[in-house]
Amino acid sequence: MPKTIQEINEKIKAGKAVVVTAEEMTGIVKKKGVEKAYREVDVVTTGTFGPMCSSGMYLNIGHTKPRIKVGGGKCLLNGVPAYTGFAAVDIYLGATELPEDDPRNKIHPGAFRYGGGHVIEEFVAGKDIELEASAYGTDCYPRRELRSWLNIRDVNEAVLFNMRNAYQNYNVAVNLSNKAIFTYMGILKPRLGNANYCSAGVLSPLLNDPLYRTIGIGTRIFLGGGVGFVSWQGTQYNPSVPRTEREVPMRPAGTLCVMGDLKTMNSRYLRGVSMHGYGTSLGVGIGIPIPIIDEEMAFFTSVADEDILAPIVDYSVTYPQRAPDVLGEVSYKDLRSGKITIDNKEVPTGPISSFSKAREIAQLLKDWIEKGEFALTEPVERLPGKESGITFKAFQERPIER
Amino acid sequence: MISRKVVLHFPSELVDQPIISNTVRRYNLEFNILKASIAPPEGGLLVLELLGGKKDVQEALDYLKELNIEMENLSRDITRKDDLCVHCGVCVAICPSDALVSNQATSEVEFVADKCVACELCVKACPYAAMEVRL
Repeated sequence: MPKTIQEINEKIKAGKAVVVTAEEMTGIVKKKGVEKAYREVDVVTTGTFGPMCSSGMYLNIGHTKPRIKVGGGKCLLNGVPAYTGFAAVDIYLGATELPEDDPRNKIHPGAFRYGGGHVIEEFVAGKDIELEASAYGTDCYPRRELRSWLNIRDVNEAVLFNMRNAYQNYNVAVNLSNKAIFTYMGILKPRLGNANYCSAGVLSPLLNDPLYRTIGIGTRIFLGGGVGFVSWQGTQYNPSVPRTEREVPMRPAGTLCVMGDLKTMNSRYLRGVSMHGYGTSLGVGIGIPIPIIDEEMAFFTSVADEDILAPIVDYSVTYPQRAPDVLGEVSYKDLRSGKITIDNKEVPTGPISSFSKAREIAQLLKDWIEKGEFALTEPVERLPGKESGITFKAFQERPIER
Repeated sequence: MISRKVVLHFPSELVDQPIISNTVRRYNLEFNILKASIAPPEGGLLVLELLGGKKDVQEALDYLKELNIEMENLSRDITRKDDLCVHCGVCVAICPSDALVSNQATSEVEFVADKCVACELCVKACPYAAMEVRL
């Protein structure tokens, strides 16, 4: 008899639900088997923390007196441009945005010390942010300039809205060239000097629900230390990649678009990121509960690091030139041991994703559910599956000739 | 045999003298240059590992001090701001001297200051600006 989410929620309310982390579930299933684990466990919590570039926040800053139409004008938050192409006082700030006077990579590699991600971290932490806006002025919105401090407690809405987070598996980045390169996967030393990877592996949300059976549109999640929701599939969503027998994708596959009330979040789980020579980003903490509705979900959540294979990709030529070559596949068990072997060479591995924070998030979400503070949700609609036919399209360039 | 890693700040008037050569000869030391930058108007900076007998190393350091060279122990130069570190471990693979190591049980990154050679690779590699140079 499958359990319903409603039944699990009643157990949560009564303080009787059995909640374990995805790391614990792997051990439980190994020891007791799928059937027994299904009967004993109600919820498995996952967690991940890493730089997620397609993240940002939108704000409604309230109306000044006299009114200003920032929409279509310019707006800076601590010197970092925010997008204004909405109504009068709605703005959006993305994690990778840089101050106009940042030297970028003019002297390569640039440091990228401060950008949109850092503004979001400070804003969530309750610090005053310098707002500068200019507008063209209209009959109904006559004001043209605004300079003021801005605090999260004073704005109407502050919403984290991330169009692509929580990648289901990711590349392992290496450098086959003879010079160091500076990438979004970190600094890669020449001649296979290091191999950087970015997934929480056994704890990663979508690797524990590989066919998107329980995580869907409307799923309530832990987001940035507060509560958020899955609002859509993330961009670059690519469910049709090759999978292992356990249905674990062997290439970057599913992604999530998530949102939540920034006012409930915490800068411990939303951190400004500087990738040397690359740019800025936002370190985002996400945790997703997986209801163990049937034996199949008990099986899927028992995934271990050795079951997860990631492709090794050269970031000196293959990735930038969008060549399809993969140097091989490596398991998360090997990646997490600190070294892997590529072409008979021992290569130290470096995670971009923080496993200790992922563990902390899965544990925190477990505590919330055990205390009855966090209820599970039935997806409003399923995310597209591997049979959806959705694939990751490359850009089709059509030169413009006039 | 002991080893001491020191940061030496040379005043500009000493930049043209063979001080290190004299020191190692006089006190029978081995040395390993970890980092050097010499800009004559401002003086020079040298990060040096000295290896030798305990007494010899100590006397060599005293000799350098007498020459008006400012000195500090190397381990103080790179510090970690623990409140900023998220323990991702991206610095571990890039550290050439095993000063940054991942604890397999806790998945946290430990900074072993004694092993640090102040190459500053971690300062650039840390996405959260947790590694700081203090000179």
